[in-house]
Amino acid sequence: MTTVILRTAARYLLPLMLLFSVFLVLRGHHEPGGGFVGGLVASSSVILYALASGVRDAAHLLRTDPRMLIGAGLLLALASGLLSFFGGQPFMTGQWVSLVLPGMGEIHVGTPLVFDVGVYLVVLGTVLTIILSLLEQ
Amino acid sequence: METLLAFVIGGLYASAVYLMLRRSLVKLVIGLALLSHGANLLIFTIGGLTRTRAPIIAEGDLVPAPPFADPLPQALILTAIVISFGVTAFAVVLLQRTYQAVGSDDLDRMKTTDT
Amino acid sequence: MTFAVLSGFLAAVVVPFLPRFGRYGTGRTVALVPAALTAYFGSYIQPVGAGETFRTSYAWAPALRVEFSLHLDGLGLLFALLVSGIGALVAIYAGGYLSGHRHLGRFYGFLLFFMASMLGVVLADNMLTLFVFWELTSLTSYLLIGFDHEREESRKAAWQALLVTGGGGLALLAGLLMLGEAAGTMELSELASRGGDVRSHALYLPILLLILLGAFTKSAQFPFHFWLPSAMEAPAPVSAYLHSATMVKAGVYLLARLSPAMAGTDAWWYLVTLGGTATMVCGAYLALCGTDLKRILAYSTVSALGVLVMLLGMGSVLAAQAAMVFLLAHALYKGALFMVAGAVDHETGSRDVDRLGGLWRAMPVTAAAAVLAALSMAGIAPFFGFLGKEMLLEASLESGGRWFLLPVVVLAGAVFVAVACMAGFRVFFGSSLPTPKQPHEAPLSLWLGPLLASAVGLALGLFASYAAAWIVSPAATAILGERTGHQPLKLALWHGLTPALALSGGSILLGLLVYANRGRILQMNRRLEVLLRHGPAWWYDLALGGLNRFALAQTRLLQTGYLRHYLLVIFAATVGLSGYVLIGSVELPARLLGPEIRFHEAALAGLLLLAALAAVRSSTRLAAVAALGVVGYGVALVFILYGAPDLAMTQFAIETLTVILLVLVLYRLPRYAVLSSRWVRIRDAAFALVTGATVTALVLAAVHGPAYESVSRYYAERSFAEAHGRNIVNVILVDFRALDTLGEITVLAVAAVGVHALLKLRPKNREDAA
Repeated sequence: MTTVILRTAARYLLPLMLLFSVFLVLRGHHEPGGGFVGGLVASSSVILYALASGVRDAAHLLRTDPRMLIGAGLLLALASGLLSFFGGQPFMTGQWVSLVLPGMGEIHVGTPLVFDVGVYLVVLGTVLTIILSLLEQ
Repeated sequence: METLLAFVIGGLYASAVYLMLRRSLVKLVIGLALLSHGANLLIFTIGGLTRTRAPIIAEGDLVPAPPFADPLPQALILTAIVISFGVTAFAVVLLQRTYQAVGSDDLDRMKTTDT
Repeated sequence: MTFAVLSGFLAAVVVPFLPRFGRYGTGRTVALVPAALTAYFGSYIQPVGAGETFRTSYAWAPALRVEFSLHLDGLGLLFALLVSGIGALVAIYAGGYLSGHRHLGRFYGFLLFFMASMLGVVLADNMLTLFVFWELTSLTSYLLIGFDHEREESRKAAWQALLVTGGGGLALLAGLLMLGEAAGTMELSELASRGGDVRSHALYLPILLLILLGAFTKSAQFPFHFWLPSAMEAPAPVSAYLHSATMVKAGVYLLARLSPAMAGTDAWWYLVTLGGTATMVCGAYLALCGTDLKRILAYSTVSALGVLVMLLGMGSVLAAQAAMVFLLAHALYKGALFMVAGAVDHETGSRDVDRLGGLWRAMPVTAAAAVLAALSMAGIAPFFGFLGKEMLLEASLESGGRWFLLPVVVLAGAVFVAVACMAGFRVFFGSSLPTPKQPHEAPLSLWLGPLLASAVGLALGLFASYAAAWIVSPAATAILGERTGHQPLKLALWHGLTPALALSGGSILLGLLVYANRGRILQMNRRLEVLLRHGPAWWYDLALGGLNRFALAQTRLLQTGYLRHYLLVIFAATVGLSGYVLIGSVELPARLLGPEIRFHEAALAGLLLLAALAAVRSSTRLAAVAALGVVGYGVALVFILYGAPDLAMTQFAIETLTVILLVLVLYRLPRYAVLSSRWVRIRDAAFALVTGATVTALVLAAVHGPAYESVSRYYAERSFAEAHGRNIVNVILVDFRALDTLGEITVLAVAAVGVHALLKLRPKNREDAA
């Protein structure tokens, strides 16, 4: 399965696809995309890399056990909901701040975005845990 | 198109049920996956079909311009798709481990095997 | 007040760790909690006696009329004082009785937990608050009866008590909810003034029956009395506290509490009075026939509870006052006698009244406590029990037309005298008999409790007028509600020569006569035993056995162990139920394939159907997986065509991953094989087609049926304005319904952990076996 072409392609595709997945998450609030799709694209890129260069390399690339990503994602999603407690509001009330960036105009940053990043991490971690465990066999 | 999809959904359900009633574990898993496709389409169709316009608010507007596709069934289905992957993966791995332990994928033989 | 009730729960959590810090004095340390509570409630005697009531309330689920509300009036105060006061004595006593027991800390935890729950029962104002505490007392009673959990009898008795009182509790819940509906309030303090509505309500009788079921099971009324003697498996402190002084009186409390709203009807009179009378007679007879000291006391407790219920059934002013006097007296002397019985058991190793005698030489202080308590029980002046009995007789005399009560009451009084002779005199006087252990005086902790309790019984008798004014009268007023008029209770030891006094004397003589002829009664009982074998306990066992057999049979019938049988049942039920509703309601559209269908849509539908068929028909695993992939991509195309780009993207990504997943596992899976016979395959195919047809009909009915306004409009309007997002699907996922999404990603995480565990965590030996 591992050919030179695939290996080379995977090496270049990986950063591109990861970048694309982040882009999907960030624009997901306004255009099609979001944490679920982003996580799936990101995991596809890693799996492609694993298929090309072997699981060991892919695991080395991640630097962490994919299960850590699941835990981190869940905690992040939960924490984004807990933030509203400080304002005395119910669980998961969205909190927003406006940032004015030079050259980009005003953008809204809020806890739902953070929550979506949590979803992204959980999906990424789940798919990688499952597929990489299977690949290792 | 709703009418046509109704028959497609019926066909998916029928295939899924038939496969799930087999004694072979592999067929059970394939049936399960077909069933989740059928269920997703069912929710999607019942929510009402609208051609081409996605439930996205155009730049500069406050509300989406009608007609637009119903966003709620889409939100339901989106998570269902991802979860069905998790369920299928779990089922497949369970199946593989069972097969390794029991040496058979005949459900009737597993009934009494105590390994 | 809230803190007072909840402090017991807090203490119950802390107390189990106490024994680690010091072996001695735990009992006295723990007793500080109920003692402080006694003092706290004691401070309310003055204002409550003057007619004040206190109420606190916290919103719980206001829309359901559920509040955490507490209400303190005369009735609640009397019970609260009993619960905390006797609780303090029992705590000290338990320290001696179970000294050195390795689970002593746990025992104290249960005990305080019970005390707090019982305080909750008697102080709750909202009926559902009351119910919660009521069930907690059943639960702690279960834990305490089964405290010696290594003995089978203990476990069985605990289980029996829980089933009987828990079953009654369910009936009570239904009754209370209906009562709340009928009265228009869930607060007991408001209920008193709505009596008219309740009594004239169409559902009055069912409400009454359900509530009585709860009260009768809890207070061990005939025919549910059998659990109480069995509960004597519990350690003596538990019997003294829960099963004589407090918990078994919860049913009596409830009847007293609901009297203003529910009493005064014929149904109430007959059901409550006759139920109480039957219990009184039955308990009295069984008490006479016992030889085990604790069982004798337990049956006489059943009898006394019957007396209380009977008095509440009568409903007159005098009866209510008599009930409160009798209740107070009984709690004091019976608690003391149970503790004495435990002390005797502890020091001699036997509880058989026929094998004990002359113990006063060895145990003088315990004997003194026993005699004081027994005199109160027998109704001898100047003890408080004398007043209780006299008022009971007066109330029965007053009941006029219902003449049959009087002889029964006199007879029960006589049995009390006989039981008092057995428990208080027979054991301690007469000739000494050999016992399993050499008897010697019990330690201070074992005699302090009973002595104090019976001394209070004596003091209340001597200062009867104060007891009447400050404790009994306010309680009786709460029972009587509007009907009280102003009839303050006057208690005095000497009323002059009244008929009641004569009857009281008569019953004492009769009691001595009964005691003297105990041998003959026992002989007679042996002959009757054949008849009594099929008592309520026998029916209980029969019902329990039947339930178990039924459960086993239906499990065998339904749980075949074949997955496809379960699936068949599930699908058949779905098809049957939805098909039943659908029949006749589906109108097939005039033209199935209307002009709006475009060519590529029809082609896509055809592709999907063909792929599904291919998945079914394929003879190799790889072909099936490929067909499944085609179905998945086809579904994604449908999403694209109908305005769901998010879904399409997700579906494409997932489909790719699923194919990778299946291919990875495929090599390790068995080959496709046809395992079922031809006939079975035809049957399943027919069944599958029916299911598919039903689903098609369902979709058609839903699509062409009446349209309901979707909540989506709400989301669409607020998506950008409030949630700052233009992609409504994404806003729903991460904002409007983020909690659902949180649950869903948790499911994903669980699935991943499951897969990981299945693949990576294998026990070594399993590996070899595989």
